Amino acid sequence: MKRKRIIRTACSVLVVAFTLFMLQRLLLPKYVSDVVEGRLIAEYYAEEKDHDVIFIGDCEVYENFSPKILWEDYGINSYIRGSAQQLIWQSYYLLEDTLRYEKPKVVVFNVLAMKYDEPQNEAYNRMSLEGMKWSMAKVKAIQASMTDEEHFLDYVFPILRYHSRWSSLKAEDVEYLFTDRKVSHNGYYMRVDVKPAKDVPEGKMLADYRFGENAYQYLDKMAKLCRDNDIKLVLVKAPSLYPYWYDEWERQIEDYAKQNGLLYINFLELKEETGLDYDSDTYDGGLHLNLSGAEKITAYLGQALQDEYHLTDRRSEERLSKIWADKTAAYEQDRRKQEEETEKQ
Amino acid sequence: MLFTSYVFLGFLLLLFVCYYTVPKKFQWMLLLLFSYVFYFLANPYYLIYISVTTASVYYLGLKIEEQAEKQKAYLAARKGTFGKEEKKAYKKRVRKRQTGLFLAALILNLGILAVLKYTNFMIANVNGILHAIGSGHTIAFVDLLLPMGISFYTFQAVGYLIDVYRGTIPAEKNLFRFALFVSFFPQLVQGPISRFHDLSQTLYEEHEFAWSGFSRGLQRILWGYFKKLVIADRMLIGVNEIIRNPDEYTGAYVFAGMMFYALELYADFTGGIDITIGTAQCLGIRVTENFNRPYFSKSIKEYWRRWHITMGTWFTDYIFYPISVSGPMLKISKVSRKALGDRIGKRVPVYLSSFAVWLATGIWHGASWNFIVWGLGNWAVIMISQELEPLYRRFHARFHVEDKVGFRIFQIVRTILLMSCLRTFDCYRDVPLTFRMFGTMFTAGNWNILWDGSLLSLGLQLADYLVLLAGAALIFAVSMLQRSGSVREKIAAKPYPVRFAVWYGLFLIVLLMGVYGIGYDANQFIYNQF
Repeated sequence: MKRKRIIRTACSVLVVAFTLFMLQRLLLPKYVSDVVEGRLIAEYYAEEKDHDVIFIGDCEVYENFSPKILWEDYGINSYIRGSAQQLIWQSYYLLEDTLRYEKPKVVVFNVLAMKYDEPQNEAYNRMSLEGMKWSMAKVKAIQASMTDEEHFLDYVFPILRYHSRWSSLKAEDVEYLFTDRKVSHNGYYMRVDVKPAKDVPEGKMLADYRFGENAYQYLDKMAKLCRDNDIKLVLVKAPSLYPYWYDEWERQIEDYAKQNGLLYINFLELKEETGLDYDSDTYDGGLHLNLSGAEKITAYLGQALQDEYHLTDRRSEERLSKIWADKTAAYEQDRRKQEEETEKQ
Repeated sequence: MLFTSYVFLGFLLLLFVCYYTVPKKFQWMLLLLFSYVFYFLANPYYLIYISVTTASVYYLGLKIEEQAEKQKAYLAARKGTFGKEEKKAYKKRVRKRQTGLFLAALILNLGILAVLKYTNFMIANVNGILHAIGSGHTIAFVDLLLPMGISFYTFQAVGYLIDVYRGTIPAEKNLFRFALFVSFFPQLVQGPISRFHDLSQTLYEEHEFAWSGFSRGLQRILWGYFKKLVIADRMLIGVNEIIRNPDEYTGAYVFAGMMFYALELYADFTGGIDITIGTAQCLGIRVTENFNRPYFSKSIKEYWRRWHITMGTWFTDYIFYPISVSGPMLKISKVSRKALGDRIGKRVPVYLSSFAVWLATGIWHGASWNFIVWGLGNWAVIMISQELEPLYRRFHARFHVEDKVGFRIFQIVRTILLMSCLRTFDCYRDVPLTFRMFGTMFTAGNWNILWDGSLLSLGLQLADYLVLLAGAALIFAVSMLQRSGSVREKIAAKPYPVRFAVWYGLFLIVLLMGVYGIGYDANQFIYNQF
């Protein structure tokens, strides 16, 4: 009798665990056909983790820098851990998370995130945090990012968040139940189409141009984490024309970089040096660069990193070269596919 | 702390673990602690009000009983020496003192309720009068804290006080035990309004953990969440869309809103009570049932015997009967019989007492005219049907349809429609607007919206309507099964795979189809407001 009860209970637990697991897999957004940004963070874990340079930041990193160029031109193995509206504390904890797997020589952080001092938006939080593997870094990232309406439990059991998707499931939810489709090239989100930058709005007057205390606190933590791990921290401002980058913000970053001995590159001021053309190098009117623009500024960044930190050219490493040969093939295939689609339109 | 929040579920889990691990003699103290924490988490200041009610009713209840005991001892000591008249005079003096104490407690506690709940309503009315007479003067509204569940715990405490005053129950001697009776958290928010002699039988007992009782409690909680999250909160989306846009949604939309609200209110209120009773059952405590399949009622009078039962009996026992047998009412009865004849005259006191009860019921539900009109509307319908009784009798004597299924269904549908019409006052919460919207049902001529897909513009998708339809069918089926006994017991008698499939299936339905989380408003239970 007792044995029968134990078997019955065990079977029940198994059925509950299995069905909940399957339902959760089914209901989670797959981020395959649209809002692919939601997949970026998770893709990192499938990589071989031996990167020289890690990028962290928002769309200004994952849409504006191409790791393939760093490899092709300088033999630098890099990866972008970027996500949409990645807040600075998310960047910090993503860096902590990265350091659990590898120790890059250089970390590049895009400073636009300094404009946010408090949690912003649940949907963007999800895209930045859901892909992270569980660790204390993820726990802290969630706690730092949650808006008032969010609950930690919803991150632990995402089925609680996505339970209502049952009425809008698509074929891809079944297709990608257990499989993934790569959407990035080492974290880079490729776009080849062109939309010239015209009538970019000027920045509105702000009541206060000072970056917030919380943002500074995480920038300090990031700088310290890099120092403690003997990593060079590079601050960059990508050449996106919007959101507007104020002179007051620029001065604060310049001062911070100076005080902390950090390299700071503002690509907005390097139009001539990079050869960037806002008529042909952006796909959305200046907010983000297309492939042509991204390759131009990455080439410049690669040279700057080489000049500053003398990173080893690793193109002679057979194993890595083979990996990059495959990556380059996929990159070129994606480029061709997108170009064909653009031509058709 | 909403019943539908994760915090509440965590709170329950912690309580259940502590409750069955502490020595049993401490169980009721633990409940008191958790009840006060529950209230404190809602708002620390609420504790002041509930403490005042608890302390005053406890102390004055004891004093009232003390008078009765003194009287008993005094008369016993003078047995044989006191004449009948002396004894009567002495008892009268004691009763007077008891009445003084009783009134002091009553005025204090109902006064707190009246001031906190009705001050702004009074100010609004005075301002209305000032405006009507052309005075430019207005009185500013006051910002008063309205403690959660004040109507429920005040009525529960006052019920206890009346019972002690009447001598039907002994006063509770332990302040903390009494505090638990007033603040027992599962029923603090939306009732039921328990009587002391009912609740105290199991509230202070020592409870051994028993899986059968505990699991029945969990099942009842789950059923409550199904009604609240899957049905009520989903239906609310459509109801809100209709009532918040009265210019846009007229005519048949008003009818649809009325029927939607009937389902929403039922699922919301009974769902909340299921969670309350289920929680208490998990703790081994019996809480009085508050519903008895009210939508199967064949008349409004019957409906009110089956809907919010504890409130109805409270008003009957503590307002209707005392008024009916009060001195002034007996005088009115005498005068009316003389003036109007026996047949009509004897009904006048009943009408007046009922009027008082329904006026109080309306006011209890909320500090606004719509609730008063709603209460008096119920009174009018009940009185009219009472007056039409002879007509009904003649009809049945001639047509013999009383026992026919079709006629019973007609009566049930008629009751649901009548109650739904009255509830439009509750929906729109504005008396002139309610009349106007009600009128559009007969003038707009847009009944086609009920089947041409227009209802899909109310924020509800086809999938939502299918869920609502299936949910309502499930509630109906359960209600039918309930007529022959507890559905949970029937399920418990089935083989394990069936039991598991039923309860786990229900859990999955709540988990997947419940309206909760980001994207939805966290809605309070409707009766939390009272």
